[in-house]
Amino acid sequence: MTEPLHEVRLRVNGTPHQVRVPARRLLSDCLRHDLGLTGTHVGCEHGVCGACTVLLDGAPVRSCLLFAVGVDGQEVTTVEGCRAPGGGLGPVQQAFVDCHGLQCGFCTPGFVTTITAYLRANPDPDAAAARAAIGGNLCRCTGYQNIVASVLRAAEILRAGNQVRP
Amino acid sequence: MKPPAFTYHRPATLADALAVLAGTGPAGKVLAGGQSLVPMLNMRLAQPGHLVDINRVAGLGGIECRPGLVRVGALARHAELAADPAAAVALPLLAEATAAVAHPAIRNRGTTVGSLVHADPAAELPAVLALLGGSVTLAGPAGYRTVPAGGFFLGPLQSATGPGEVAVHADFPVPPPGTGTAWLEVSRRRGDYALCGVGVLVTLDPAGRITAARAGFVALGPVPVVVDLAPAVAGAGAGAADWAAAGRLAAAHPDLAPEDDIHASAGYRRHLAGVLTARAGALAAVRAAAQAAERAAEWAAERSTVEGVA
Repeated sequence: MTEPLHEVRLRVNGTPHQVRVPARRLLSDCLRHDLGLTGTHVGCEHGVCGACTVLLDGAPVRSCLLFAVGVDGQEVTTVEGCRAPGGGLGPVQQAFVDCHGLQCGFCTPGFVTTITAYLRANPDPDAAAARAAIGGNLCRCTGYQNIVASVLRAAEILRAGNQVRP
Repeated sequence: MKPPAFTYHRPATLADALAVLAGTGPAGKVLAGGQSLVPMLNMRLAQPGHLVDINRVAGLGGIECRPGLVRVGALARHAELAADPAAAVALPLLAEATAAVAHPAIRNRGTTVGSLVHADPAAELPAVLALLGGSVTLAGPAGYRTVPAGGFFLGPLQSATGPGEVAVHADFPVPPPGTGTAWLEVSRRRGDYALCGVGVLVTLDPAGRITAARAGFVALGPVPVVVDLAPAVAGAGAGAADWAAAGRLAAAHPDLAPEDDIHASAGYRRHLAGVLTARAGALAAVRAAAQAAERAAEWAAERSTVEGVA
């Protein structure tokens, strides 16, 4: 059986896209397969691991728990959209480099999007708040200490307005 | 880990949603936040032929504080409820319990009413609705009906919502003046399902004595369980009540029906019910006393204003 396709318009990282997808196409798969944006990683596909977290109209959501057809007309930000305006590393990405906040990197896109949104609302967190903010993202490598440090470092970079270090 | 094929419907009005559901019969499933439904689809635990996405249905959103109750619309997300300033004043238990629901990314999308309809015995909001004696209003082909919490949760993942019906809002009653509440739970990791969760409500009379105390439990039975704690603490002053006795009463209560699973034994869950009831009871009593003191101060201020005018 050929499944009926739905016309879906999305604005991803500021760029408008139009795709034709079956109703059951997850937003995570739409981003990766239909739009070629493979920065969004797919881990558990049932909302537990947080690797696929993207920002929907600015708020973090699990892209594996949304249908692309359901977010027709909305704005999506992926890890590719968390870069600095000039194309270099964004503040959260730079902080991960500075603090050794990633090892294998599989979970990192979900952390970067989550932390980007969190710091917009909470520009000056302490370590306990940073730990709580990343509670919904799993990392099997780092033991989280350096990711907590990365949250604090990203806040520091953002406060200094110094988004790209030499 | 990909959902099965389904026919997608996105009605713009409640009448259209009900018409679609009338046509699909039991093959139709309502999609709101989808934070429980979509995992079930991805794991193919559910395979509905039709999904009726109500996210664009007009008039189902919003949180409204009315006299005596907080009304939560079907499309209000957990995050909206947790951040609603008026609801936080009217019924602080809602924000406290909602903050314990999963993680921020889930709370940004998942709906409070959807969580009630899903009726997971490990979820927070069904226990809150049961503790407060609230209700859920359903729209169906024959009109609206309001189902009290006691008759709404029928079993694990089973609510009174029928195949042609859409839950349109839930009413959480504001308890009487002089009431304090508290929510506590224990989970393996932050945001995981609770091994045991409890909400406690304590009401004081103007003299500061406990007139009502009860606890609502998560993950201690197939449906939310509410236990009356009055036999252990009624009549005692807020600061003098024996909350350890209330904990023992709760832990031994025959209505609790915990089960063993890979996360905790039934015995440990029952133990947690006792410990958390004692802690949450003491906390709720302190809050009730603080609320009573605040009200007394307000009355005194009002009286002096009235006398000053006279």
